[in-house]
Amino acid sequence: MPTYQLTINAKKHRVDVDSDTPLLWVIRDEIGYTGTKFGCGMGLCGACTVLLNGQPIRSCSTPVSTVKLTDKVTTIEGLAAGNAVQEAWIEAQVPQCGYCQSGQILAASALLASNTNPSDEDIDNAMAGNICRCGTYPRMRQAIHSAAAKIQKSKKA
Amino acid sequence: MNTSRRDFIRIGGQSALILALGFSVSGKSKTLHKVTALGIEINPYIIINEAGKVTIFNPRPDMGQGTYQSLPMLIAEELEIPLDKVAIQMTDGSARFGSQLSGGSSSVRTRWIPMRTAGAAVKEMLLQAGANRWKVSITDCFAKDGFIINRVSNAKLSYGELVEEASKLPVPQKPRLKTWSEFTQLGKKSFRPDVTSKVDGTAIFGMDVKLPGMLYASIVHSPTIYGKVKSFSADKAMGVKGVRFVLKTERNFYHGPFSPDVELNQKARAKSEAIAVVAESYWSALKGKKLVQAAWSSEGAAESATSQYFNAAKAKAQSEGATYKDAAVGDFAKALQLSDYKIQATYQTPFMAHAPMEPCNATVYVQDGKVEVWAPVQGPDSLVTELAGYLGMKPEHVKINVTFLGGAFGRKAYYDYVLEAAHISRQVNAPVKVIWTREEDIQQGPFRPGMISAMQGGIDNQGNVLAFEHRLNGASIMANVFKADMRGKIDPWAGEGISIEDSPYAFPARRNSFNWVDPQMPILWWRSVYASTNVFAQECFMDELAHEGEKDPLDLRLHLLKDSPRFVAVLNKLAEISDYRAKRKSGKSIGIAIARSFASIAAHAFEVEKQGTGVKIKQIYAVIDCGFAVNPDNIVAQMQSNLVYGLSATIKNEITRNHGVIEQSNFHDFAVLRQGEIPDAVIHVMQNEEEPGGVGEPGLPPVAPALCNAIFLATGKRVRTLPLDLSSI
Repeated sequence: MPTYQLTINAKKHRVDVDSDTPLLWVIRDEIGYTGTKFGCGMGLCGACTVLLNGQPIRSCSTPVSTVKLTDKVTTIEGLAAGNAVQEAWIEAQVPQCGYCQSGQILAASALLASNTNPSDEDIDNAMAGNICRCGTYPRMRQAIHSAAAKIQKSKKA
Repeated sequence: MNTSRRDFIRIGGQSALILALGFSVSGKSKTLHKVTALGIEINPYIIINEAGKVTIFNPRPDMGQGTYQSLPMLIAEELEIPLDKVAIQMTDGSARFGSQLSGGSSSVRTRWIPMRTAGAAVKEMLLQAGANRWKVSITDCFAKDGFIINRVSNAKLSYGELVEEASKLPVPQKPRLKTWSEFTQLGKKSFRPDVTSKVDGTAIFGMDVKLPGMLYASIVHSPTIYGKVKSFSADKAMGVKGVRFVLKTERNFYHGPFSPDVELNQKARAKSEAIAVVAESYWSALKGKKLVQAAWSSEGAAESATSQYFNAAKAKAQSEGATYKDAAVGDFAKALQLSDYKIQATYQTPFMAHAPMEPCNATVYVQDGKVEVWAPVQGPDSLVTELAGYLGMKPEHVKINVTFLGGAFGRKAYYDYVLEAAHISRQVNAPVKVIWTREEDIQQGPFRPGMISAMQGGIDNQGNVLAFEHRLNGASIMANVFKADMRGKIDPWAGEGISIEDSPYAFPARRNSFNWVDPQMPILWWRSVYASTNVFAQECFMDELAHEGEKDPLDLRLHLLKDSPRFVAVLNKLAEISDYRAKRKSGKSIGIAIARSFASIAAHAFEVEKQGTGVKIKQIYAVIDCGFAVNPDNIVAQMQSNLVYGLSATIKNEITRNHGVIEQSNFHDFAVLRQGEIPDAVIHVMQNEEEPGGVGEPGLPPVAPALCNAIFLATGKRVRTLPLDLSSI
């Protein structure tokens, strides 16, 4: 079985898995970060979203062989403590069942990293790949706006 | 969270002695239990250790509806301990905890008094222990934030310092419960204790359980749901690295065997056969699954189709059906005959998958005549019964560790996936985690039954409704889950949301009836159950009668509900927040619907605007009267949730079956609402002094009819079949 070297949450990992193994199962079952979830296996629901060099990708449809050691993979466990997005999520009491939320938060984090003042349309576009069956969409929108406001304020200060 | 072991150890680590105060909240035996060291084998809802750490047991699994907070908070309120200082554990299914089913929006309303009584009784014992210690009257003591305080001397003792003495005192049978005005935690917006772990990824769902030596299983299920394996070849699958076993397994249904030609056998249970691929990693199991070559017999389901079912239901609708007593008023046939105008309409609602974000999964270890489960399940107590019966074990040898549920909506109260894991674990002598794919989640059922509602109404010259009939035609959950014989009978549950209690319109004559149709596939409760289908027909037909009688839909409802003040108050509030009476420009309309279900009343208004060949939803308004609000912010969240879930089922998706096979398979063809498709909603929670009602479901039933009533007013087109396409009405 081939060996792959990955950089996940700023730590290097070696895994021995088949080349077609999706990054999702490497992260969850080999490395043990279970915050990234399995939802559909086809890149349709976004529960498996992680950041690859800051961009949201669907880890269920990303073979491990396509990820290089120089690529920076970030999972929910790799976000900086006390970041504006997660704080806004708690403040707005967004999660219900919570299963999709890691993916939602990572998608929102990627949006805010490139756009600190997203419009509603920007949010619609950035978050369209992530399904929430509990219907926390209005609270996520609210949390993204309030995280954006906080980020802007801290930049000015 | 499969916390039980870990937390017991942690609690134990703080003290050599642990005392537990437990109560059977069923009221049958209010026995005090003392336990030493780690050997806790009692019926506790409350454990206090010598360090003062309070642990509260939550008997209702949390699938997003908020029971991880709401039920422990009932105890914490009376016990005078802030919930954020309490460790919360899930109950394990043991009979001593009573019913542990999250379902029927029942958690708070059925546990409202028992949980508070348990907390109040423990508080009284701690107060008495403090009074004894200080040799003062109990009235000289009060409890606050985990301490008993001496009013006279201002001395204070922690619960931990008093718990041993308290545990030796008689248990008060009728402790005084706090009045609502004394509440410090209940009734206020408060942060849910599970939210942080769901934001940082540390919350443990069933999917996240990992045990030493655990194997993963993926299952090839019958394409026609009920099939048996004629033959299969495991060779290619066994060639996948990491695959350890390819073996036959089985899926157990609750209902009897599918066999239309024979008498109902109420003891037999339908089983389908399946093939499990068991591997060292889930990916290996999935890869192996794709390589299994199997031939199936369809066991009579080869030509089953939902179109045939609906045709059969429409044919049945010609018969009067068996009558519901809970909705019978006057002589319907005579009243209809005497009416000046008679109106008929037939409504159709589709089968529906639950599709929670977390697909079904279960980790099970069968070992030495015992079984332990780690899984997202809605009712650990009923799972104990199921597994004990299935494996031929004593219930005390079945242990359930309830994790967080990544959504459920009814699906995870059907334990076929857990029994599969047990069946496989027993064969391979290892802990096994079964994970269903999304395709199996959508294609294998059980589903919400699609229904045909045949409506008839009669009105007089003045537009007054004289007669109202609702014939339900379709599948019975009682038959399909509990094997009841429904031929010529009513399914009492199927009438929910439209009984006189739930829909108290003062019709002079009224009749609800039921005609059973075999769905030929597994069905189950789905968020708000039959209210989700019944209320669509009921409330749309109310608007049809209003239109025919030239009445305003709100005025007609207010008139017919005038003796039901809580309904009137909800409608008036809805009219106020939606500015219902305002004149709207041409092509823009507002439609309403109201229903009581699960002991709460909800009413919605949808404002729509005509756009090209369809309509756009401009705004939603929603009001709920659920009595006392334990956490008002969570009630708003559940209303938001019901609007989205209900709207997905109205405008986005359905389950259809043809040649025995479900035609949808994943989120591309079973679409659900996404960010950007969610109309803005104004939500109002009524404040009153009523007992708590349900919260998780009552917001769903009025969604479809309020939308369809608005569409009619905007376009003149009456939608009677769901789902509908907003872009083409």
